[in-house]
Amino acid sequence: MASHDAITERLSGPPASAWGGGVAPFATGSKKLGMWLFIMSDAITFGALLMAYCYVRVAAVEWPKPFEFYPALVKATVMTFILLSSSVTMVMAVQASKSDKRSSTVKWIMATMLGGLLFVIIHATEWVGLINEGVRLFHNPWGEPLFGAAFFTLTGLHMTHVFCGVIYLGVVATWFGKGKLSAEDVEVAGLYWHFVDLVWMFIFPLVYVLSIHQG
Amino acid sequence: MSEQAHAEGSTRTFLIVWFWLLALTGVEVFLGYKQLELKIMLTILMGLSIVKAALIIAYFMHLRYEKPSMAATLMPALVIVIVLMNIFLPDSLRLLHMRPH
Repeated sequence: MASHDAITERLSGPPASAWGGGVAPFATGSKKLGMWLFIMSDAITFGALLMAYCYVRVAAVEWPKPFEFYPALVKATVMTFILLSSSVTMVMAVQASKSDKRSSTVKWIMATMLGGLLFVIIHATEWVGLINEGVRLFHNPWGEPLFGAAFFTLTGLHMTHVFCGVIYLGVVATWFGKGKLSAEDVEVAGLYWHFVDLVWMFIFPLVYVLSIHQG
Repeated sequence: MSEQAHAEGSTRTFLIVWFWLLALTGVEVFLGYKQLELKIMLTILMGLSIVKAALIIAYFMHLRYEKPSMAATLMPALVIVIVLMNIFLPDSLRLLHMRPH
Protein backbone atom coordinates (compact mmCIF):
# COMPACT_ATOMS: atom_id res chain seq x y z
CA MET A 1 0.00 0.00 0.00
CA ALA A 2 1.35 3.39 -1.03
CA SER A 3 2.25 5.69 1.75
CA HIS A 4 0.49 8.99 2.24
CA ASP A 5 3.62 10.87 1.18
CA ALA A 6 3.91 9.00 -2.11
CA ILE A 7 0.28 9.79 -2.99
CA THR A 8 0.75 13.47 -2.18
CA GLU A 9 3.84 13.54 -4.37
CA ARG A 10 1.97 11.96 -7.27
CA LEU A 11 -0.83 14.50 -6.98
CA SER A 12 1.46 17.49 -6.76
CA GLY A 13 3.32 16.70 -10.00
CA PRO A 14 6.49 14.91 -10.94
CA PRO A 15 9.59 15.07 -8.73
CA ALA A 16 12.50 17.21 -9.89
CA SER A 17 14.39 14.14 -11.11
CA ALA A 18 11.63 13.10 -13.52
CA TRP A 19 11.85 13.48 -17.30
CA GLY A 20 11.01 17.10 -18.03
CA GLY A 21 9.74 16.61 -21.55
CA GLY A 22 6.18 15.67 -20.73
CA VAL A 23 4.87 19.23 -20.53
CA ALA A 24 6.81 21.01 -23.28
CA PRO A 25 8.85 18.37 -25.12
CA PHE A 26 10.51 20.89 -27.44
CA ALA A 27 10.54 23.86 -25.03
CA THR A 28 9.45 26.09 -27.89
CA GLY A 29 6.39 27.99 -29.02
CA SER A 30 3.81 26.33 -31.27
CA LYS A 31 4.50 28.86 -34.07
CA LYS A 32 8.15 27.91 -34.22
CA LEU A 33 7.39 24.20 -34.17
CA GLY A 34 4.75 24.74 -36.87
CA MET A 35 7.26 26.53 -39.07
CA TRP A 36 9.78 23.73 -38.55
CA LEU A 37 7.21 21.15 -39.62
CA PHE A 38 6.35 23.23 -42.70
CA ILE A 39 10.05 23.48 -43.52
CA MET A 40 10.40 19.70 -43.25
CA SER A 41 7.59 19.15 -45.77
CA ASP A 42 8.95 21.86 -48.05
CA ALA A 43 12.41 20.30 -47.85
CA ILE A 44 10.92 17.02 -49.05
CA THR A 45 9.23 18.85 -51.96
CA PHE A 46 12.56 20.34 -53.01
CA GLY A 47 14.24 16.99 -52.38
CA ALA A 48 11.79 15.38 -54.79
CA LEU A 49 12.41 18.07 -57.43
CA LEU A 50 16.18 17.76 -57.08
CA MET A 51 15.85 14.00 -57.41
CA ALA A 52 13.68 14.41 -60.52
CA TYR A 53 16.35 16.72 -61.94
CA CYS A 54 19.10 14.15 -61.23
CA TYR A 55 16.91 11.43 -62.73
CA VAL A 56 16.36 13.14 -66.08
CA ARG A 57 19.99 14.20 -66.13
CA VAL A 58 21.34 10.67 -65.62
CA ALA A 59 18.86 9.33 -68.17
CA ALA A 60 19.87 11.94 -70.75
CA VAL A 61 22.25 10.92 -73.51
CA GLU A 62 23.86 14.34 -73.48
CA TRP A 63 22.89 16.92 -70.90
CA PRO A 64 23.38 20.52 -72.05
CA LYS A 65 26.17 22.45 -70.35
CA PRO A 66 25.33 25.99 -71.36
CA PHE A 67 26.68 28.02 -68.43
CA GLU A 68 29.65 30.18 -69.37
CA PHE A 69 31.81 31.74 -66.65
CA TYR A 70 30.28 35.07 -67.57
CA PRO A 71 27.43 35.87 -67.20
CA ALA A 72 25.81 32.66 -65.84
CA LEU A 73 28.31 31.48 -63.24
CA VAL A 74 29.26 34.96 -62.07
CA LYS A 75 25.56 35.76 -61.63
CA ALA A 76 24.87 32.52 -59.76
CA THR A 77 27.87 33.09 -57.46
CA VAL A 78 26.80 36.69 -56.77
CA MET A 79 23.27 35.41 -56.07
CA THR A 80 24.71 32.88 -53.60
CA PHE A 81 26.67 35.67 -51.92
CA ILE A 82 23.55 37.87 -51.71
CA LEU A 83 21.41 35.09 -50.28
CA LEU A 84 24.02 34.09 -47.68
CA SER A 85 24.50 37.71 -46.66
CA SER A 86 20.74 38.23 -46.38
CA SER A 87 20.68 35.27 -43.98
CA VAL A 88 23.21 37.10 -41.80
CA THR A 89 21.12 40.30 -41.81
CA MET A 90 18.11 38.16 -40.84
CA VAL A 91 20.08 36.72 -37.91
CA MET A 92 20.84 40.32 -36.88
CA ALA A 93 17.12 41.16 -37.11
CA VAL A 94 16.26 38.22 -34.84
CA GLN A 95 18.94 39.28 -32.34
CA ALA A 96 17.69 42.88 -32.37
CA SER A 97 14.08 41.76 -31.92
CA LYS A 98 15.05 39.71 -28.87
CA SER A 99 16.54 42.82 -27.25
CA ASP A 100 13.29 44.62 -28.18
CA LYS A 101 15.08 47.11 -30.47
CA ARG A 102 12.12 47.65 -32.78
CA SER A 103 13.48 50.17 -35.29
CA SER A 104 16.78 48.31 -35.58
CA THR A 105 14.87 45.05 -36.19
CA VAL A 106 12.83 46.66 -38.97
CA LYS A 107 16.01 48.01 -40.60
CA TRP A 108 17.72 44.60 -40.56
CA ILE A 109 14.59 42.94 -41.99
CA MET A 110 14.49 45.56 -44.74
CA ALA A 111 18.14 44.82 -45.55
CA THR A 112 17.18 41.15 -45.82
CA MET A 113 14.27 42.02 -48.13
CA LEU A 114 16.62 44.06 -50.30
CA GLY A 115 18.88 41.00 -50.63
CA GLY A 116 15.89 38.88 -51.60
CA LEU A 117 14.73 41.40 -54.19
CA LEU A 118 18.22 41.65 -55.70
CA PHE A 119 18.33 37.86 -55.90
CA VAL A 120 14.99 37.71 -57.74
CA ILE A 121 15.98 40.52 -60.14
CA ILE A 122 19.34 38.94 -61.07
CA HIS A 123 17.69 35.55 -61.41
CA ALA A 124 14.96 37.00 -63.64
CA THR A 125 17.55 38.55 -65.99
CA GLU A 126 19.18 35.14 -66.22
CA TRP A 127 15.87 33.51 -67.10
CA VAL A 128 15.25 36.11 -69.80
CA GLY A 129 18.76 35.47 -71.16
CA LEU A 130 18.15 31.71 -71.39
CA ILE A 131 14.72 32.22 -72.97
CA ASN A 132 16.29 34.55 -75.56
CA GLU A 133 18.84 31.83 -76.32
CA GLY A 134 15.92 29.60 -77.25
CA VAL A 135 15.46 27.50 -74.11
CA ARG A 136 11.85 26.36 -73.70
CA LEU A 137 10.29 23.85 -71.31
CA PHE A 138 10.50 20.97 -73.77
CA HIS A 139 13.14 21.98 -76.29
CA ASN A 140 16.40 23.91 -76.44
CA PRO A 141 19.17 24.47 -78.99
CA TRP A 142 21.67 22.15 -77.27
CA GLY A 143 20.14 18.69 -76.95
CA GLU A 144 18.28 16.98 -74.13
CA PRO A 145 14.77 18.50 -74.41
CA LEU A 146 13.96 18.19 -70.69
CA PHE A 147 16.75 20.61 -69.68
CA GLY A 148 14.35 23.56 -69.70
CA ALA A 149 11.66 21.73 -67.73
CA ALA A 150 14.14 20.66 -65.04
CA PHE A 151 15.86 24.04 -64.84
CA PHE A 152 12.79 26.27 -64.86
CA THR A 153 10.78 24.10 -62.43
CA LEU A 154 13.57 23.84 -59.89
CA THR A 155 14.79 27.43 -59.97
CA GLY A 156 11.26 28.75 -60.53
CA LEU A 157 9.91 27.13 -57.38
CA HIS A 158 12.89 28.46 -55.47
CA MET A 159 12.42 31.96 -56.91
CA THR A 160 8.75 31.81 -55.87
CA HIS A 161 9.88 30.95 -52.35
CA VAL A 162 12.26 33.93 -52.29
CA PHE A 163 9.56 36.24 -53.65
CA CYS A 164 6.96 35.02 -51.10
CA GLY A 165 9.64 35.35 -48.41
CA VAL A 166 10.18 39.02 -49.30
CA ILE A 167 6.42 39.67 -48.97
CA TYR A 168 6.28 37.66 -45.71
CA LEU A 169 9.20 39.67 -44.30
CA GLY A 170 7.54 42.92 -45.39
CA VAL A 171 4.40 42.00 -43.44
CA VAL A 172 6.43 40.94 -40.40
CA ALA A 173 8.55 44.14 -40.50
CA THR A 174 5.48 46.38 -40.76
CA TRP A 175 3.54 44.68 -37.99
CA PHE A 176 6.56 44.23 -35.74
CA GLY A 177 7.30 47.95 -36.14
CA LYS A 178 3.75 48.72 -35.04
CA GLY A 179 4.13 46.41 -32.03
CA LYS A 180 1.57 43.89 -33.26
CA LEU A 181 4.03 40.99 -33.47
CA SER A 182 6.47 39.51 -30.99
CA ALA A 183 10.15 38.60 -31.28
CA GLU A 184 9.05 35.00 -31.78
CA ASP A 185 7.27 35.97 -35.01
CA VAL A 186 10.48 37.53 -36.33
CA GLU A 187 12.40 34.38 -35.41
CA VAL A 188 9.83 32.19 -37.19
CA ALA A 189 10.09 34.37 -40.34
CA GLY A 190 13.87 34.02 -40.04
CA LEU A 191 13.59 30.23 -40.02
CA TYR A 192 11.73 30.38 -43.35
CA TRP A 193 14.30 32.74 -44.84
CA HIS A 194 17.27 30.59 -43.82
CA PHE A 195 15.54 27.56 -45.30
CA VAL A 196 15.20 29.30 -48.68
CA ASP A 197 18.92 30.06 -48.43
CA LEU A 198 19.62 26.40 -47.59
CA VAL A 199 17.76 25.11 -50.65
CA TRP A 200 19.90 27.32 -52.88
CA MET A 201 22.99 25.64 -51.41
CA PHE A 202 21.84 22.47 -53.21
CA ILE A 203 20.57 24.10 -56.42
CA PHE A 204 23.79 26.07 -56.98
CA PRO A 205 26.20 23.10 -57.26
CA LEU A 206 23.77 20.64 -58.88
CA VAL A 207 22.31 22.97 -61.50
CA TYR A 208 25.07 25.51 -62.13
CA VAL A 209 28.46 24.08 -61.17
CA LEU A 210 27.74 20.73 -62.83
CA SER A 211 26.59 22.46 -66.06
CA ILE A 212 29.55 24.74 -66.64
CA HIS A 213 30.49 25.04 -70.30
CA GLN A 214 33.97 23.49 -70.55
CA GLY A 215 35.68 25.35 -73.37
CA MET B 1 14.40 31.92 -22.90
CA SER B 2 16.48 34.56 -21.11
CA GLU B 3 18.43 31.97 -19.15
CA GLN B 4 19.53 30.47 -22.47
CA ALA B 5 20.81 33.77 -23.85
CA HIS B 6 24.42 33.05 -22.95
CA ALA B 7 24.32 29.77 -24.89
CA GLU B 8 23.07 31.38 -28.10
CA GLY B 9 25.44 32.39 -30.87
CA SER B 10 27.12 35.78 -30.86
CA THR B 11 27.46 38.10 -33.86
CA ARG B 12 31.05 36.90 -34.15
CA THR B 13 29.92 33.26 -34.42
CA PHE B 14 27.42 34.11 -37.17
CA LEU B 15 30.03 36.05 -39.14
CA ILE B 16 32.45 33.11 -38.91
CA VAL B 17 29.71 30.78 -40.17
CA TRP B 18 28.97 33.24 -43.00
CA PHE B 19 32.67 33.31 -43.93
CA TRP B 20 32.84 29.51 -44.08
CA LEU B 21 29.69 29.29 -46.19
CA LEU B 22 31.22 31.75 -48.67
CA ALA B 23 34.54 29.90 -48.64
CA LEU B 24 32.86 26.57 -49.38
CA THR B 25 30.92 28.22 -52.23
CA GLY B 26 34.26 29.42 -53.61
CA VAL B 27 35.61 25.86 -53.43
CA GLU B 28 32.56 24.65 -55.40
CA VAL B 29 33.12 27.21 -58.17
CA PHE B 30 36.83 26.28 -58.28
CA LEU B 31 35.95 22.57 -58.58
CA GLY B 32 33.61 23.42 -61.45
CA TYR B 33 36.67 24.15 -63.59
CA LYS B 34 38.60 21.02 -62.60
CA GLN B 35 38.05 18.22 -65.09
CA LEU B 36 37.18 15.63 -62.47
CA GLU B 37 35.27 12.44 -63.07
CA LEU B 38 31.54 13.04 -62.57
CA LYS B 39 31.17 10.55 -59.70
CA ILE B 40 34.01 12.14 -57.70
CA MET B 41 32.77 15.63 -58.52
CA LEU B 42 29.22 14.79 -57.45
CA THR B 43 30.42 13.23 -54.20
CA ILE B 44 32.53 16.27 -53.29
CA LEU B 45 29.85 18.78 -54.28
CA MET B 46 27.10 16.96 -52.36
CA GLY B 47 29.42 16.57 -49.38
CA LEU B 48 30.11 20.33 -49.39
CA SER B 49 26.40 21.10 -49.77
CA ILE B 50 25.52 18.91 -46.81
CA VAL B 51 28.17 20.65 -44.70
CA LYS B 52 26.77 24.04 -45.76
CA ALA B 53 23.20 22.94 -45.02
CA ALA B 54 24.29 21.65 -41.60
CA LEU B 55 25.97 25.00 -40.82
CA ILE B 56 22.83 26.92 -41.80
CA ILE B 57 20.53 24.62 -39.82
CA ALA B 58 22.76 24.53 -36.73
CA TYR B 59 23.62 28.22 -36.46
CA PHE B 60 21.35 30.43 -38.60
CA MET B 61 18.27 28.31 -37.95
CA HIS B 62 19.36 27.96 -34.37
CA LEU B 63 18.76 24.22 -34.08
CA ARG B 64 22.00 23.77 -32.15
CA TYR B 65 20.65 25.96 -29.37
CA GLU B 66 17.23 24.28 -29.19
CA LYS B 67 16.40 21.32 -26.99
CA PRO B 68 18.06 18.20 -28.49
CA SER B 69 14.61 16.60 -28.76
CA MET B 70 13.78 19.05 -31.56
CA ALA B 71 16.64 17.91 -33.80
CA ALA B 72 16.00 14.28 -32.84
CA THR B 73 12.38 14.62 -34.01
CA LEU B 74 12.95 16.59 -37.21
CA MET B 75 16.22 15.45 -38.76
CA PRO B 76 15.98 11.61 -38.88
CA ALA B 77 12.52 11.83 -40.50
CA LEU B 78 13.80 14.19 -43.17
CA VAL B 79 16.90 12.11 -43.92
CA ILE B 80 14.93 8.85 -44.10
CA VAL B 81 12.28 10.26 -46.44
CA ILE B 82 14.85 11.78 -48.80
CA VAL B 83 16.93 8.59 -48.81
CA LEU B 84 13.80 6.51 -49.52
CA MET B 85 12.87 8.80 -52.42
CA ASN B 86 16.32 8.24 -53.90
CA ILE B 87 15.57 4.53 -54.18
CA PHE B 88 14.11 5.41 -57.58
CA LEU B 89 17.25 7.15 -58.81
CA PRO B 90 19.08 4.06 -60.21
CA ASP B 91 16.05 3.51 -62.45
CA SER B 92 17.33 6.44 -64.54
CA LEU B 93 20.23 4.23 -65.69
CA ARG B 94 17.76 1.66 -66.99
CA LEU B 95 15.97 4.44 -68.85
CA LEU B 96 19.27 5.59 -70.38
CA HIS B 97 20.03 2.10 -71.72
CA MET B 98 16.52 1.69 -73.10
CA ARG B 99 16.70 4.89 -75.13
CA PRO B 100 17.27 4.62 -78.86
CA HIS B 101 20.70 6.11 -79.58
